[in-house]
Amino acid sequence: MRMYYSRLKLASVLGVCLLGLLLCLPNGMRKPFPSIPWRQIHLGLDLRGGSYLLMQVDLKSLTHDRLQTLAENTRDTLLKSQLGYQNTNVDADKNTVSFQPRDAAEADTDVATLDKLPRVVPNEFSVKKQDDGTVALVLSADAIKARAREAVTQSIEIVRRRIDGTGAVDPEITRQGDDRIVVELPGISDPERIKALLGTTAKMTFRLVDSNPLHATYPPPGVSLVPMANPAEGGPLPVFDHVDVDGTDLTNAGAVIDQQTGEWAVSFSFDSVGTRAFSSVTQTNVGKRFAIVLDNKVIEAPLIRTPITGGNGQITGGFDAQKATDLALMLRAGALPAPLSVVEQRSIGPSLGADSIRAGILSLGVGFLLVVVFMVLFYGRFGWYADIALLANLVLMVAILSLFEATLTLPGMAGMLLTLGMAVDANILINERIREEVARGRTPLAAMQTGFERATSTIVDSNATAFLAHVMLFVFGTGPVRGFALTITIGIATTLFTTLLLSRMLMARWYARTRPASLPV
Amino acid sequence: MFGRPLLRFVRKDTHINFMRGRYMGLIVSAVLSIASIILFFHPGLTLGLDFRGGIVVEAKTSGPADFAKLRTALAAQHISHASLQAFGAPDDVLIRLDAGDDQNTDAVVDTVRRAVTDAQPGTTILRADAVGASVSAELFRNGMLALGLSLAMILVYIWFRFEWEFALSAVITLVLDLTKTMGFLVITGFEFDLVMVAAILTILGYSTNDKMVVYDRVRENLRKYRTMPLMELINLSINETLNRTLGTSSTVFLAALPLALWGGATLSGFAWTMLFGIVVGTSSSIFIAAPLLLFMGEGRLKRGAKAGPAAAQQKS
Repeated sequence: MRMYYSRLKLASVLGVCLLGLLLCLPNGMRKPFPSIPWRQIHLGLDLRGGSYLLMQVDLKSLTHDRLQTLAENTRDTLLKSQLGYQNTNVDADKNTVSFQPRDAAEADTDVATLDKLPRVVPNEFSVKKQDDGTVALVLSADAIKARAREAVTQSIEIVRRRIDGTGAVDPEITRQGDDRIVVELPGISDPERIKALLGTTAKMTFRLVDSNPLHATYPPPGVSLVPMANPAEGGPLPVFDHVDVDGTDLTNAGAVIDQQTGEWAVSFSFDSVGTRAFSSVTQTNVGKRFAIVLDNKVIEAPLIRTPITGGNGQITGGFDAQKATDLALMLRAGALPAPLSVVEQRSIGPSLGADSIRAGILSLGVGFLLVVVFMVLFYGRFGWYADIALLANLVLMVAILSLFEATLTLPGMAGMLLTLGMAVDANILINERIREEVARGRTPLAAMQTGFERATSTIVDSNATAFLAHVMLFVFGTGPVRGFALTITIGIATTLFTTLLLSRMLMARWYARTRPASLPV
Repeated sequence: MFGRPLLRFVRKDTHINFMRGRYMGLIVSAVLSIASIILFFHPGLTLGLDFRGGIVVEAKTSGPADFAKLRTALAAQHISHASLQAFGAPDDVLIRLDAGDDQNTDAVVDTVRRAVTDAQPGTTILRADAVGASVSAELFRNGMLALGLSLAMILVYIWFRFEWEFALSAVITLVLDLTKTMGFLVITGFEFDLVMVAAILTILGYSTNDKMVVYDRVRENLRKYRTMPLMELINLSINETLNRTLGTSSTVFLAALPLALWGGATLSGFAWTMLFGIVVGTSSSIFIAAPLLLFMGEGRLKRGAKAGPAAAQQKS
């Protein structure tokens, strides 16, 4: 080890520190130079208030939907191949569609025919003859997983559009794992409205109402009893399962006030496909009721008086302003592929967040001060150098966190404080070693050199262990644990830089300048 | 100013015979750890929201909190199993509900929130958290996984850098530290949640760091004094590193102290646990890790010092 440093090396170490200081600046002031793309630390929700929602895609409903289409395809295929069947059964718990072949001899032909059904993903399902004589199509676990992943990808887009429509500032929407979405809403500490907005799939369909009065109590196959969205308007309506017009054919929707009644309503317009479908249905069914079904509830079922060919329509369902706006928003944003449910919710009020920042900064400041005083009292001049290194350490940590645009949370602040305590350890190790070497009667230069050398291996050892432990923590941890691990991991890196380069350099420069006869230890 | 140090923990040359108290140290540690394990099973840790699931709503009422009124308001919303408790100021209320069978814990939060603000108008909700039962189980599993993996990593690292006697005695000591920390958590009633897992991992990291420094010195002295009895050698090593051990513990202690005093509800439990861990970790380096190394290494460590990784180290 050398105790002499070239000006270039000195300049580059100081340069890094200055650069760090520069990178820290945006956190203190708002955009010092607007033309430069500054990066800064984001405050976590626990520090600025807001809500965190962990939402899960309803796997059951996804699987159920897929099984339904599979069952329809099965029926079609068997009919086309002139194979008989009975008792088609969808079992959502076992992920199967099963049926009884016309006679047992046909089972193998059934299996061979159905095996040619198109698969959305490879190995999506398998076709098997079962022990009880039925033939079953079984969805594979991988297929369900793939479907969930796809649903999450679609949902993220729709969730973003819906939240953007509410005017929330800086929402953050990310996926987590195969079937989850994290929604972070800074500044919104009461996410009730957003939860309601995201908890609705908003699958809208236009279906004809069966006008046979008998079917209102005993619906035939192909007709289902669908409840009214507003139970005050009466009991369930018999609605045909066949979807005449789909909500995906909408191009626009908005909240308006109905000219005649003065009520809030949602107006919408169809694209060309929707317009054509809508006008053909209304032309052939004048005098019948046409139900507007949202998430399996009838919003309204107006009578078709005249054919509607313009591709525009209006829904009046006893809305207030908020409901009409939200429905229009959901229709514009599109339907979610499956319902989302909130499995974890955390909301922090703005006042608590502000209190936490204050408490965090106070603790950080006082802790820093105590450590600085301690070092000077116990180590004198070299203690001052350690303090300078410590300050540089803090600056570099903030700089790196800004560069990553990391999110600072309360545990993260605790991590910074702890790093300060641990960073001092390296300096103490060095100083104690130098003392020992002085006590052995070495010259100042030899004492500093040997002291550094011996301490370095210990410093690297102890920091490497801590580093490994916290990398683990970052990889496997969740939430607060991760923020904590991240700051400590960065802190270890900056600690090594500031102690092994900066404080050593400060000592070396001091030695070269004064050539002391004895060391102040 | 202050060019020379003003204070020092111990004189330049100390010769405290720490190893004389080795049996005492181990016995005291074993007793404390066994007591902690008993406490761990009965009455057990207070699990926090993260690991238990359910809901927690923290509210600040306008004027002193009227508990009877709040309870009635909640009961009117069919929320009868809520526990209300005061904390801090008279206008602070903490409402807790365990995770029910129903999965829509998040809807209950909204109901509680509305009931409370209706019962005492002007109430502000400071915090409202809901964790579903399946998520809490998952968080618990991940937290334990992180703890276990970190311990394993530490073990492997020490084993590679030193020898197995060092690694094993360090990990045994860490486990003893860990059990005592659990005992501390049971006694103080601090909630065991994800933040606490971070605290425990920090304690483990810190404690390992402390043992590394002593062990490093033992290894160095093994090379230097080939004929010195191991007991004497370990004593020497502890004495030589005593100033550093006390110095580092003090700075970490000083850094964490303000957090314990002013860190607020979330962080003070974390910080107090840290402070406890620093004291335990520092004392266990001297009174547990060193004697264990003595028992395991006697008669064996000398040979290891001549060959293996230690010899390669000597060249530097």
